[in-house]
Amino acid sequence: MTSTEQTDVLVIGSGFGGAIAAYHLAAGGAKVVVLERGPWLTADEFDQDFEIGKSFTRIFDFTLGEGMSLLSGNCVGGGSVVYFATMPRAPKFVFERQGSIGRRMWPASVTRESLDPWYDRVSEALPVTMTSWDEVPYAGGLWAAACNHAGRTANPVPSAVDVSMCTNCNWMMAGCKFDAKRSLLLNYLPGAISHGAEIRPLHEVQYLSRNDDGGYRVHYSTVDEVDYRVHHTSGTIDAKIVILAAGAGATPVILQRSEETLGAMPHAVGRYFSGNGERLNTAVMNEDRVRDVLGLSRENGLAYAANQIGRGPVVATWDHLDANLPEYERFSLEQLYFPPGLGTILAQVPDAEGPSWFGVEKKELMRQWPSWLTIFTMSEDDNEGVFGPPPPTGNANRISQQMLGQGALTYRPTKNTRRGWDLSDAEVREILEKDGLSRVMPWTNDVVGAYTVHPLSSCRIGDDPETSALDERHELRNHPGIFVTDGSAVPGALTVNPALTIAALAERAMPGIVRAARERGVAVTYVGSLPGADAGQATRTPSLDLV
Amino acid sequence: MTLEAYADTIVPGERRTPDDRAIAGVSVGGGAVASGAVELLELPGSGLGEMLEGFMAMLNGHAEEYAAEQSLTLDESVPAFVALPFPDRTALVVRLTAQDHPEKGVWIGLAMFSNMAFDSAAHMPTLDALAAGHPGLLTIGYLKPEPDGVWRFPRFSYGRALSQLHPHTTATGSPA
Repeated sequence: MTSTEQTDVLVIGSGFGGAIAAYHLAAGGAKVVVLERGPWLTADEFDQDFEIGKSFTRIFDFTLGEGMSLLSGNCVGGGSVVYFATMPRAPKFVFERQGSIGRRMWPASVTRESLDPWYDRVSEALPVTMTSWDEVPYAGGLWAAACNHAGRTANPVPSAVDVSMCTNCNWMMAGCKFDAKRSLLLNYLPGAISHGAEIRPLHEVQYLSRNDDGGYRVHYSTVDEVDYRVHHTSGTIDAKIVILAAGAGATPVILQRSEETLGAMPHAVGRYFSGNGERLNTAVMNEDRVRDVLGLSRENGLAYAANQIGRGPVVATWDHLDANLPEYERFSLEQLYFPPGLGTILAQVPDAEGPSWFGVEKKELMRQWPSWLTIFTMSEDDNEGVFGPPPPTGNANRISQQMLGQGALTYRPTKNTRRGWDLSDAEVREILEKDGLSRVMPWTNDVVGAYTVHPLSSCRIGDDPETSALDERHELRNHPGIFVTDGSAVPGALTVNPALTIAALAERAMPGIVRAARERGVAVTYVGSLPGADAGQATRTPSLDLV
Repeated sequence: MTLEAYADTIVPGERRTPDDRAIAGVSVGGGAVASGAVELLELPGSGLGEMLEGFMAMLNGHAEEYAAEQSLTLDESVPAFVALPFPDRTALVVRLTAQDHPEKGVWIGLAMFSNMAFDSAAHMPTLDALAAGHPGLLTIGYLKPEPDGVWRFPRFSYGRALSQLHPHTTATGSPA
């Protein structure tokens, strides 16, 4: 072991929560070190290649749990590198949700109105823009046309993709080799670096301990760049404050493992996990009916057959995001692309006589893959996920060299959650089976449980110490100086894609965290700037008085 | 041979030769085996290579138990799972991957990699797989890249408004 290093601020994880914290604290004058367990790749290293070991398997994790499996980023930039960059704001009613605790789960200080200025800032920094109809790829157009035919509405969703640079290659989960997707590699992280922050990839934090001066010692090990199961060295860094932003599948695990050295964690650490109420349906479109009923056609005489073309979710229907509906009946439905390699195994055969997810009939279904349309439900679940004892290292027992691991999450969906899924399944079927447009089946939960690409809430903010691990300033209860700013801090499912809300909450937390750092002797101020579009030149000043 | 038979049960294919025993031959065109399932599972990256022999012994044990239970007489010249008729291979895999089976994780894992070999040729570079006519990528109709090996789709949109927007859409394009 080497001697212990010193820094003002240690940030664990480099996704939205970590990158935004690193930027503001470094811009304000603090010495910042970011530890990221995944590799650091840039555009020229993002492969359009499914071969195991290429960026497709290097930069995200698929973690199996009991009843729920998680997809999350594992690289510098975190989820922003593998996400689909769909960036709606959460609807107003979300912040009034009561969920499983029977009273408002969000802190009183957080509402859509109070969060809007912070949404604005992230939207400017990335930037997030509206999508016009002529920029909507075929799959989104088909979903919109089907919604319209069924008497529903549909919206192109705000996005952090620069469509002028996008080639609609649909390789977003392997990283965007054209830098069309505005990941954190293009704004907050270079901004942080330009202010002196240091980012160390392949450093996996294992636990924290407390120092006599009230600061923290962060214990990490370095990870092999090819086989993530292999750890090479270990080390420690002392910091006056620690920002945990390892993601909702890892942040609580680090804290659980730290109980031995830090003392008891708040009850809510590793509890109240939400899968954002997510659910997938696959429709096999009848090409003739798409042409005849919806009047759609494209080049070469085709009607659709464009599953492979595009860039993830681009069109959603928000008809069920209605504040007047009861909780658990509200959801959005978004068209989505899942690449081969992960996106076919759970699809089921309608009316299968044999097994529905493998076998003879499933192979026949896969012959029709170009005509698949995948619809993604984001609904209101019951925060029913609980993390068991942490594995020896990291957040999962790694099975494969990269990507695949077994985690300790248990998720048993309640009647409430299942009700939302059933209602959304029925709505998808009503829209897409109308007039013989397609046959639809939900993905099976029998193989790897439910499936979320938006893990949330495992260490959430709130006003009630019994049901929230963090206070409304994102500080870990009873452990002053530790803050959590990633998706685990979000109190519950959002009914839409959460990246913009996670980022807005992180922005909102920053003035308070800067204040806390100052109180702990760090010479830092809240500047309130944003990273410039020219890769990190923090030149702009805030247009709002946000402190 | 047992591993091939398992992969073929997940994504069936046609026999390589008339006397092929591992592949049941219940589907037209190449399945998981022809797509490289065994090669993928044996790669260091899968993390399963060293355990495969043990898994296959377990599978053949389950096949013997299943055969005894169903009063099936198995050809002893091939491993027990290979000797099972395809519907029985399928029934056994359904049982092994059921929610309450204690070894479910193993059999789901093997199924996932078998499927991944078929739909993404994860054991080899994708460009090479496409150039070689990889049966899985051909079956799912995966489109080829441009001549420089990069995927681009310059034509991608119907190019017109196809629905009414939600009436409460805000100025930022988000739900209210």
